[in-house]
Amino acid sequence: MKKPNDIILRGVTKVAVVIIFTFAINLFFAGHHNPGGGFIGGLAFAAALTLMFLSYDVDSVRANFPVDFKVLTAVGVLIAVLTGMGGVFFDLPFLTQAFDYFHLPIFGKTELATAVLFDIGVALAVIGTAMVIIMTISEDR
Amino acid sequence: MSLLHIMILIPFIFAIFVPLLYKLFNSRIHTGWFVLIIPVVIFIYLLRFIPGISSGEAAYQSLNWIPSFGINFDAYVDGLGLVFGLLITGIGALVILYSIYYLSKEKEALHNFYVYLLMFMGAMLGLVFSDNILVLYVFWELTSISSFLLIAYWYQREKSRYGAQKSMLITIFGGLAMLSGFIMLSMMTDTYSIREMFTQVDTITGHSLFIPAMILVLIGAFTKSAQFPFSIWLPDAMEAPTPISAYLHSATMVKAGIYLVARFTPVFGGTSEWFWLVSGIGLITLLYGSVNAVRQTDLKGLLAYSTISQLGLIMSLLGIGSAALYFGYGDEADLYAAAITAAIFHMINHSTFKGALFMVVGIVDHETGTRDIRRLGGLMTIMPITFTVAVIGAFSMAGLPPFNGFLSKEMFFASVVDVSNLTEFNMDTFGILFPIIAWVASVFTFIYSMILVFKTFRGKYKPERLEKKAHEAPIGMLISPIILASLVVIFFFFPNMIGDYLLKPSVAAVLPAIAENSIMDMYITPWHGWNTELFMTIGVIALGTLMYISLRKWAGIYRMYPQSITLNAIYNSALDKAQSWSASLTDKYMTGYIRDYIAYLFGFFILFVGGTLIVTNSISFDASNNAPVNFYEIALMVAMIVAAFTVLLAKSRLTAIISLGVLGYLVSMFFVIFRAPDLALTQLVVETVTTALFLLCFYHLPRFKEQVHKEKKGVPFKPLNLIISIGVGVVVTLFALSANGTRLFEPIAGFYEDSYKLAGAKNIVNAILVDFRGIDTMLEIFVLCIAALSVYTLVKLGLSRREK
Repeated sequence: MKKPNDIILRGVTKVAVVIIFTFAINLFFAGHHNPGGGFIGGLAFAAALTLMFLSYDVDSVRANFPVDFKVLTAVGVLIAVLTGMGGVFFDLPFLTQAFDYFHLPIFGKTELATAVLFDIGVALAVIGTAMVIIMTISEDR
Repeated sequence: MSLLHIMILIPFIFAIFVPLLYKLFNSRIHTGWFVLIIPVVIFIYLLRFIPGISSGEAAYQSLNWIPSFGINFDAYVDGLGLVFGLLITGIGALVILYSIYYLSKEKEALHNFYVYLLMFMGAMLGLVFSDNILVLYVFWELTSISSFLLIAYWYQREKSRYGAQKSMLITIFGGLAMLSGFIMLSMMTDTYSIREMFTQVDTITGHSLFIPAMILVLIGAFTKSAQFPFSIWLPDAMEAPTPISAYLHSATMVKAGIYLVARFTPVFGGTSEWFWLVSGIGLITLLYGSVNAVRQTDLKGLLAYSTISQLGLIMSLLGIGSAALYFGYGDEADLYAAAITAAIFHMINHSTFKGALFMVVGIVDHETGTRDIRRLGGLMTIMPITFTVAVIGAFSMAGLPPFNGFLSKEMFFASVVDVSNLTEFNMDTFGILFPIIAWVASVFTFIYSMILVFKTFRGKYKPERLEKKAHEAPIGMLISPIILASLVVIFFFFPNMIGDYLLKPSVAAVLPAIAENSIMDMYITPWHGWNTELFMTIGVIALGTLMYISLRKWAGIYRMYPQSITLNAIYNSALDKAQSWSASLTDKYMTGYIRDYIAYLFGFFILFVGGTLIVTNSISFDASNNAPVNFYEIALMVAMIVAAFTVLLAKSRLTAIISLGVLGYLVSMFFVIFRAPDLALTQLVVETVTTALFLLCFYHLPRFKEQVHKEKKGVPFKPLNLIISIGVGVVVTLFALSANGTRLFEPIAGFYEDSYKLAGAKNIVNAILVDFRGIDTMLEIFVLCIAALSVYTLVKLGLSRREK
């Protein structure tokens, strides 16, 4: 496909992508108490990448994100499974999640949950899947 | 997790590290040396059980696996399991040692080889030490799979692939049959534990499922142990590397069926069906294998048929021994219990001499480049050590003294003679067949044993017909067969060493009733006077020698049997037919057009969901609890209908895609109105990404309607599509309305409302996703991962094929 040299789109993209990334990360961490979470965060992140990819091309996305998204997907699944294994070592059923409240220097009283680790796996798998599919199809011409 | 469990699982764990070791060290050290540690360690660990086991104790350790379904990894070590465990690890260690010299570290994919081998070893250990039948089944199938992988180790060869597929099809079929047998057993007894089944034998015997369960379990055992008519996979499995043939296909895996029959003898034994099936099939296999072994020209083929025949022998002994359960305990029971002793003793002996013989054949193959009997000969002076081992192994197989095969063969003869006097089970009519078949088969056994030794090592040396210049094998390759051959001799002179420590406890495991009620007085001795058994052996030697000398005169008989009705021909034609039938059937509906597949999917959806709604008479509509419809909702509805029609009527595809996106966004607006922010967010992002994806696929889709307009003059109207689309709409609407109108169960929402207390999360949706229903999410991302990889492979493979 011949890409039109769309300055406005590219200019906007440069700024927008950063905003979407921030939003995606925010969504991800908000997930525990507010709308958001691994799935949505991951998808939003993938959407930003897609935007980048639509306004530029595959190569520039590759250059900025030197990640093999197939591997990323697999790593995501692996993280999810391994965090699930965590419970097994404490004689609890597979995928048991734990949480507790800690006093951290800057944040004060903070809740730390293993579910977040699981969610990271979900997010990575979602990003990876979306990008693998989009990039594979777009390269197939 | 106990040490026992760790020992069973350690081969699997170690297998993970084998590729790493291969990568790091293989240029200097053969990977086999690392792997060798595992069986040696487990072997030594298992030896420590012997004192306890021989005094009648058994070790038991439980590990929770799926406790809510009663499926736990219960490891149970008794005499029978221990004999197998020692064989698995003992022979395993020797085979690995042998393989270090057999497989060159430069040319072979050793990491694959040892991973499969360790996987097999672990599976086999798990199989013999499991008390839970479902766990046993899992390990059982794992052995089939690792055997498949090992047969196909040289997958470049077509015959390897054929043999691997054959063994897979037959043994997995048997495994599935066995699984259904197991399920029937657990339905009868309400337990998955084998030992608990022993306590409920009366319930099982009287149950109407008794015969089906027995036959299904036996199919599993017979397929695995290559009993007639399932035996055809074993000769083709000889395409595996020789260490594998020695290990899996003669010493251990094929004995899993024997193990299963022995293990379930207390459950099924003592009935005439069990007696006849096990001993009858065993005797047929014994005869079939030994007669066919004589005609083989490939040394490994000969050994394969000989293994089939020997397995039949052990199987028939187990069948005869099961008669002991009929008598309960007493003199007569002891008489038949001796058959079980003979079976287990012969099984151990078979592993030693057959293992040695396989290794000898491997050496001959390795050093001369051929296994064809017609091209071999005169190797005695060139390979003196190999020759000695071959003589020991083959003479033991033929049942000659002073080798262990003689002892168990005599015990076998004694058992068939004893059983011919049995008056139960219709034996007064057919009993005489037992010693006759046994004797005839033994004559053939003698003949092929002689062929193996004399055709290979005596006669004229034909260097011009060999690919390599023959020479004696390196010492490393000889260690394992020498150890096995010395065991063959040692067992002859000290049979009661294993008799006391291994045979008695294993017989006690097979026949617990006898073990409890009588002192097992068992003493194996090579000489018991001029009795029937001895005369039978002498007869075998005399007739066998005569027939071996005159082999050429009568071997033509084999050619008279028509090739078209051999078991292999039947298997091949059945496989071909199954393939062509399923291909023609599949071609009928797999058109390659996604629109057809969608039509099938939705057609089935209408039939099943709509059908269920009608059949169960559950179409109902109750609007009394509904909130009033407000202005926003009506406005959104109108907008959605407009968007939907735009999709249908759009002139260009771009318009259609964008309208579809609009439709998606409008749906998310609904989620906003109904206060489901998580759903709304997800829907928004998903819609965005899929629209982008759709735009990418743009170029790959066939041309749009207007093109069709020009070529075909008018959009072709397909009434079936109209019916299906209207049908789906109607069914979904009805379904949604009925779901709203009926409430069969209490809502489970109350549980999730405690999410802050239970999961520390204020967002219920997220708590459900990652905590309460975590396994759903995990499986969903599996699906995502698989989908991504499938798209990748489909597109990439399609590309490379197009380039060709």
